[in-house]
Amino acid sequence: MRMPAPDKDIIANKAKIANDLRAIVANPEAVITNHDELRPYESDALTAYQQIPLIVVLPESVAEISAILEYCNQNNVKIVPRGAGTSLSGGALPLADGIILGLAKFTKILDIDYDNRTLTAQTGVTNLGISDAVAAEGFYYAPDPSSQIACTIGGNIAENSGGVHSLKYGLTGNNILGLQIILMDGEIINIGGKHMDSEGYDFMGLLTGSEGLLGVITEITVKLLKKPASSRALLLGFLSNEDASNCVGAIISHGIIPAGMEMMDKLAIHAVEDFIHAGYPLDCEALLIIELDGPVVEVDHLADVIIKIAKDNGATSNKISNSEEERVKFWAGRKAAFPAIGRISPDYLCMDGTIPRGKMPFVLSEIQKLSQKYDLRVANVFHAGDGNLHPLILYDANIIGQLQKVEEFGADILRLCVDVGGVLTGEHGVGVEKRDLMNVMFNEIDLKQQQRVKCVFDENLLLNPGKVFPQLYRCAELGHMHVKRGKIPFPDIPRF
Amino acid sequence: MNEILKPQNNQQLIDIIKWAISEKNPLTVQGLATKSRLGRMCDNEYILDMSGICGIHMYEPDELVLTASSGTPIDEIKKILADKNQELEFEPANYTQLLGNNDIIDDGNIVKTGTLGGMIATNASGPRRIKIGAARDHFLGFKAISGRGEEFKSGGRVVKNVTGYDLSKIMAGSWGTLGVMSEITIKTMPKPETTRTILLLGAEPEQATKAMTQAFNSSNEISAAAWMSEEIAVKSNVEILRFTKGHITAMRIEGEKKSVAYRCKKLRDMMTRMGKVEELHQDNSNIFWRDIRNVQPFSARGDNRVVWRVSCAPQNGWKVINQLKHLKSMQSYMDWGGGLVWIAIDAPKVGAERLVRDIVNSYGGHATLMRSSEKLRQNIDIFHPPQSGLMKLTKKLKNNFDPHAILNPGRMYKGV
Repeated sequence: MRMPAPDKDIIANKAKIANDLRAIVANPEAVITNHDELRPYESDALTAYQQIPLIVVLPESVAEISAILEYCNQNNVKIVPRGAGTSLSGGALPLADGIILGLAKFTKILDIDYDNRTLTAQTGVTNLGISDAVAAEGFYYAPDPSSQIACTIGGNIAENSGGVHSLKYGLTGNNILGLQIILMDGEIINIGGKHMDSEGYDFMGLLTGSEGLLGVITEITVKLLKKPASSRALLLGFLSNEDASNCVGAIISHGIIPAGMEMMDKLAIHAVEDFIHAGYPLDCEALLIIELDGPVVEVDHLADVIIKIAKDNGATSNKISNSEEERVKFWAGRKAAFPAIGRISPDYLCMDGTIPRGKMPFVLSEIQKLSQKYDLRVANVFHAGDGNLHPLILYDANIIGQLQKVEEFGADILRLCVDVGGVLTGEHGVGVEKRDLMNVMFNEIDLKQQQRVKCVFDENLLLNPGKVFPQLYRCAELGHMHVKRGKIPFPDIPRF
Repeated sequence: MNEILKPQNNQQLIDIIKWAISEKNPLTVQGLATKSRLGRMCDNEYILDMSGICGIHMYEPDELVLTASSGTPIDEIKKILADKNQELEFEPANYTQLLGNNDIIDDGNIVKTGTLGGMIATNASGPRRIKIGAARDHFLGFKAISGRGEEFKSGGRVVKNVTGYDLSKIMAGSWGTLGVMSEITIKTMPKPETTRTILLLGAEPEQATKAMTQAFNSSNEISAAAWMSEEIAVKSNVEILRFTKGHITAMRIEGEKKSVAYRCKKLRDMMTRMGKVEELHQDNSNIFWRDIRNVQPFSARGDNRVVWRVSCAPQNGWKVINQLKHLKSMQSYMDWGGGLVWIAIDAPKVGAERLVRDIVNSYGGHATLMRSSEKLRQNIDIFHPPQSGLMKLTKKLKNNFDPHAILNPGRMYKGV
């Protein structure tokens, strides 16, 4: 992975920069320069790539963040924001000449407003921490990425995280109402609030999923939902991926949008069952986990309808949760799928393409072919309802050449996703991992247009550089425009 | 004298924009012009009429996705969706009557709704906003021509997508000032099997807000909640409202039949403790919510009052109403559980808007001038003025996407 060439002058200036930062923050110990103490920050959850950062700074107030950014902007120092470091795409991968801005101390919930159904949190509050804070009153925050116990709400904004319930309840972007961000020049900007539909350009929507490249998010106001009256989960076993995929399509074309619709293939089912004993059927090739929520009368009715649809599509087994405990157990298997794979392989690479649902059987069979070609096993665990695939490629990083092989395999899968009308990443982000594949989906004009957005927020390109874009253009270069005299008077165009 | 340029294909569209750039001729970008009386006035010599770039290219009901050219009429899209028992879940509002635009004629037909492009560019959304979001939440991807005369795209046809910046979000609600969208992909949804509306009679705005909040904070999955004053209710297109007497608080429940029956009963039981309760079934419920989203209460012929649309936290809507109710000929109703307030007042003079904006500012939110005389429209901010930091970003973004200011300059803010 090629990162922008480090600035030798900045590296040589490390001691001065650290001293300057110590003058900004109230607690001098919040500036870390010692190699051993920097080591925990060398990678995020994409552990294949590591880099010791120049300095780590752990501010404690918005004013400190603002001052740090302003300082970096004036002194041409690069900065990489970091929440809990759970990114699967290397979004928080440090730079040798850059500062890690650790946001771990921003863990306060600032406001809970049940009447307006909102909660305002600092950026470092965990996703689950939000739901936990309001659980006693019967509320929750809908997006629930698998890493919800650790990942921060700020990081969720950066990646527009989804989760198993996004089919019915939407992604992060559909569940937030307000943001506070700090720009590279130190300016603090508040967008939205407790009201819906902020007017003007939708900067909140633009910042969501911007992978920490536009500004540092410090406060978030999220929408709270009342917990559904009841929930039940169904386990449906199929003899082929194709039958299971067809069942997903049939449920939706029946007009039913379940709360979640997840799929696992045989390798994943067995790995999970050995690990968690969730009660998954072992005699099937593909398993669907479907969650229904709402009043008991609705859930029971839809469960009957879905079981009938499943049988029509060749389901060989069906099981429905009969207690909350059992429902949680069904999901425990799905939520532990990644660690379960970790038990059967020294390393794995998790991919994240999204495809049109109807292409699932084709794409899954192509992935099997690629698996044979590369001689690497693949387990599939994914959000079938939204067509968001998570193929896990199993490998051993200690075997020389395997990392490169697995990267090539992963790239082939993502090219396949784009070929069938899908996208490179559904919820993990481009980061460094898929950066060099952006050209598969976008041409030069598309990418330049996106970078013009970057230039609005960070014209010196200091915030998280080297992520998302395969090539960095200077903002002055992007602003330039050749004007040729256009054709007139367009004889073919109707005029009135 | 305006000249209308009506491209019939993408190449012609690009040619026009390149020509406009080279001649520094700003363009007024429009679809069927149903919203030309909304937003700031854009009086350019040349009008770019997008209604020739039309047609539905892809509709896959099983995949819940549709792609069409931006000039495609909404009516056409609604019809093809209805054939498959689907709809645009965000219930786009139609302001044709509010704006007195009944006189727009296209190919001999009276235009009833605008185009797909106009719907997205104005981020139109209806009563279900409070549950499932606005147009922008259902907008998956697009192709557009920038003010540099270049075609660019963003997003795709799938819902889960974080590949690059989500430029769809910035295009939704940008009023054609950042690029001219040529092709748009949106999410479609199955129509709910059943819809019913529970009415609580006689509640004042504050009490109504409490009732709506209780409804939302129950597990009855309310998909819309509104309040209207008695004087508005008596003119409703829903016959029984004309005779019920008293203000109306309405809460909608939709979905699978048995579930709707069950939830309605629970909600009725809850509301009975607060006052007299009535119920609207399928057709009446649909008419009621259509009129709420289309601002029918202020759309009568000859009604020339100034109309404001205020977005605020749901608990503040009634406070805004109380602070403005002394104004001449003031009428109001609330949607979004109190989070959206529609206000009609007889206050045509420049300066009268300050009171509305000051009150909204004190609670947080924004106020948009939706209807007024041309004179007022020319002289005051139509959209709520953004904070200085946001305004700086707004100007920079506009300048980066449209450096020669040829796309609807000034349509949202002066000088942008």
